[in-house]
Amino acid sequence: MNELLRMRDVSLTYRTEEGDVPAVRNVDLDLDRGEILGLAGESGCGKSTLASTILRLQPPSARVTGEVLFEGHDVLTMSWGDLRALRWAGASMVFQGALHSLNPVRRVGDQIAEPIHLHDPDIEDKKVEARVGELLEQVGLPAARARAYPHQLSGGQKQRIMIAMALACRPRLIVADEPTTALDVMVQAQVLHVLSGLVHELGVGMLMISHDLSVLADLCDRIVVMYGGRVVEQGPSKLVFGEALHPYAAALSAAFPRVGDPAARFAPSGLPGDPPDPAALPPGCSFAPRCPKSIEECSSAVPELRSFGADRQAACIRVEQP
Amino acid sequence: MSAAQNPAAHDGSPGVPATLSARQLARRRRRDSFLRGWRLFRRNRSGMLGLVVLALFALVALAAPLLASAEGLEVTKATGGVLEPPSSEYWLGTDDQGRSVLTLLIWGARISLFVGLAATVISMVIGTLVGLVSGFSSGWAGAVLFRLTEWFLVIPFLPLAIVLATVLGRSLFNIALVIGVTSWPSTALLIRSQTLSIKERAYIERARVLGAGRWHQIRKHVLPNVMPMVFANTTLTVAIAILAETTLSFLGLGDPTRVSWGSMLEDAFQVGAITTGAWWFIVPPGVCVVLVVLAFTLVGQALEEVLNPRLKGGRAMMIGGGGGGGGT
Amino acid sequence: MTGRLLEARKVSVEFVARGGQVARALDGVDLEVGAGEIVALVGESGSGKTTVARTMLGLERPASGEVVFEGKPLSYSLRRLRELRRRVQMVLQDPAGALNPRQTVYESVAEGMRLHGIAAKDPEKRNETQLVAAAMASAGLRPPERLFLRYPHELSGGQRQRVLIAGALALGPELLIADEPVSSLDASIRGEILALLLKLRDELGLGVLVVTHDLGLAWNIADRIAVMYLGRVVEAGPTEEVLQAPQHPYTQALLSVVPEIEQVRPVVLTGEIPDPSRIPGGCRFHPRCPAVADGSAAADGVEEACRNQPLEILPPDPHGHHVACHLAALRSSTGPRTGSIV
Repeated sequence: MNELLRMRDVSLTYRTEEGDVPAVRNVDLDLDRGEILGLAGESGCGKSTLASTILRLQPPSARVTGEVLFEGHDVLTMSWGDLRALRWAGASMVFQGALHSLNPVRRVGDQIAEPIHLHDPDIEDKKVEARVGELLEQVGLPAARARAYPHQLSGGQKQRIMIAMALACRPRLIVADEPTTALDVMVQAQVLHVLSGLVHELGVGMLMISHDLSVLADLCDRIVVMYGGRVVEQGPSKLVFGEALHPYAAALSAAFPRVGDPAARFAPSGLPGDPPDPAALPPGCSFAPRCPKSIEECSSAVPELRSFGADRQAACIRVEQP
Repeated sequence: MSAAQNPAAHDGSPGVPATLSARQLARRRRRDSFLRGWRLFRRNRSGMLGLVVLALFALVALAAPLLASAEGLEVTKATGGVLEPPSSEYWLGTDDQGRSVLTLLIWGARISLFVGLAATVISMVIGTLVGLVSGFSSGWAGAVLFRLTEWFLVIPFLPLAIVLATVLGRSLFNIALVIGVTSWPSTALLIRSQTLSIKERAYIERARVLGAGRWHQIRKHVLPNVMPMVFANTTLTVAIAILAETTLSFLGLGDPTRVSWGSMLEDAFQVGAITTGAWWFIVPPGVCVVLVVLAFTLVGQALEEVLNPRLKGGRAMMIGGGGGGGGT
Repeated sequence: MTGRLLEARKVSVEFVARGGQVARALDGVDLEVGAGEIVALVGESGSGKTTVARTMLGLERPASGEVVFEGKPLSYSLRRLRELRRRVQMVLQDPAGALNPRQTVYESVAEGMRLHGIAAKDPEKRNETQLVAAAMASAGLRPPERLFLRYPHELSGGQRQRVLIAGALALGPELLIADEPVSSLDASIRGEILALLLKLRDELGLGVLVVTHDLGLAWNIADRIAVMYLGRVVEAGPTEEVLQAPQHPYTQALLSVVPEIEQVRPVVLTGEIPDPSRIPGGCRFHPRCPAVADGSAAADGVEEACRNQPLEILPPDPHGHHVACHLAALRSSTGPRTGSIV
């Protein structure tokens, strides 16, 4: 089937000593095979929390409602055995901060091999070795690097090891959480090159999470922008980046100016205030306090996601129908 | 009222009038952080229990003259019989000289607690200084102090204590000195490793950029961040010091003219209280030592929890911090 | 644009790595910053840009070359360094780590002031509290009193960065060095901090040296830009010229991979910046240079030079556009080894 991921009305609330904190509110998301979907937003918007539900990795103190359907089966309610089979072989993750995700005292080849052994305990060592070599070459590293320890590798190389690890069990969906945030521009380009190559070569679906809208615009087919735990805009990536409907998405894309654009010279564009604290969300539209276009009505009710043409949606009452 | 005089924050926290001076601000900060720490400490039940027990013992030690006459310590004035079991007159019986064991216990608390505290002060001062300097200086001074610390750490406590006590003579101060001198290395190592990690923090470099010399960096940045560990370590060190004093007194190295729980145990042992079954002479001092040490340990553990910087993150740590692209 | 304030003249900085090898983090850099201008120092990690900033502030001592402040070479005595630090300040990377978690905002901002006795010397006779409030207000924290007793962990990333800037401003410096001022901040507030830097330049006449890997940032606020690779400046000049008509293959490659530029075909360099203890001979970029790889250097006859002939250090000319590249030198109208396209 082409349908890979369907999230329906997903909400996640953390239960803390000081009360309930809504991290994700009523999110719908679709992802198909061979598609790259970008999930954009800043700290506190809920994007990483949302992604953690795909593999049911949310913390035990979190209460989740809604459906997370992976190939038609609800991840939130599936049995433990089904979940184990799903994790890594159905969908896998490339975590943020590769520096901390690798075990410093084990060779990287062994760490890539680990999920292979877990899913197929009887597999022969020779086959595993061959597979590890194959994976390293897919991410652009020589097979001999399997014998290296993490501290012998650079940041970009470590991130590629993480990608190789995510591919180990031939998943159909890869979730990449801020895969290039700590990397230099050139290394970032290399890693993104690897990722997009993999999607086209292997036909996997990819959910890419980032706060850098320009990176997502380049790589992804569609982008979903989150703010305060909700989806505020979604649509084709070039449109969301270049002609955003929602004021927040517009501000996010303006934060990364195009080099050569005379309008951006000596005119850095930013928003006052800070992204909202999920424990203290403003009433109505959570972006209203910072929004250049907000009016009184914005604070009275949470705006619904409305459609603006095929496959474009925005949650803002100030956007006119074209 | 203008905004400058009463700026209440949108989030409801009280504003600070601009008329407060720097000193008043500093005082307020100290008071606020102390109250916050106290509130956190209160939630820890075992810590509170330890604190209550310690408070009781401290009270007893301080109020000793009120609770039991000092004359009860003098052998010549002893009125009881030899090793009498507990009765209505002598609640905990008498010792081999006819003195009330309860009186001895109350006055013994003073000595045991005092020596323990004095030894701890000596140990903490030496240990903190050595730890700070050896951690902060990267040159030969640091290396020399480190070797010195290791050397002292390796020497076995008891033989060294016995030798020192014999050489220095038997007095309260000397016991405190002996304990202090033999227990500072572990503190020094702890402080040193903490200093080493703090030295790399960005705010130390910032102080340097602002124009601070080395001493300012240590005093204003390293020390305050190391102090929590020092406090927690202190309470545990007191426990060890009291035990050490008890041990040394038990071995006969204490001041013969003063009564402490350790010396009571020594007397009890010498007169064969175990074989004669005079439990009222042995058990109370032993129990007191155990209770005090336990109480200090509980308080120390609770303090460590309170002062652990992890707690300062609060909810920010759960959601993913207030900056950067990552997080939720 | 008034005269040069702080200069680095042919500065080299060496570190001894584990194993005894000498790594040249800086291999001859000429850079100057004057009052009232914003200079961007751009490069990837390993380029040496942060080392330049730290050396110019006296935190590192050069193995060769010198740092010159107001025309006088820097002496590393405590007193002279302290004088320098009052007039040249730095805002460190990572606002979360750069503030002592046990100090309140007030104490963090007042710290520098107290070290230099600023309150005693104030011509307007303001006391310490007023000066702290003024510095915080200049950094955009209003009303400042509300934040006096807060701790760093209670602030947002943007506020922490402003506190750091206020702490630097409290000394009344003439030059500010900002190391990655917005890289750890949320995207939507980057603009505010950058606008603050521009405001400080316009209203207080501050000179700013911004160290960053972000070319978009340089486009936003920098008057001049210097691009670094493996310890050397490889291209320098006015921002518009360097970023719109880059001459050095490395600059061209960097610009091509910045995601928002779609017209240019991305030139993704292979490999990573080499280890500074093993700097390649000749032009240090030649092993990764696309012009060498695709034969255009050979076609123009400079490939030999690229592999064997080292390039000279670019002069600190504040107006010209300079490139350290054999190919660019050949193709430009003027002849010298360092191609000067004025």
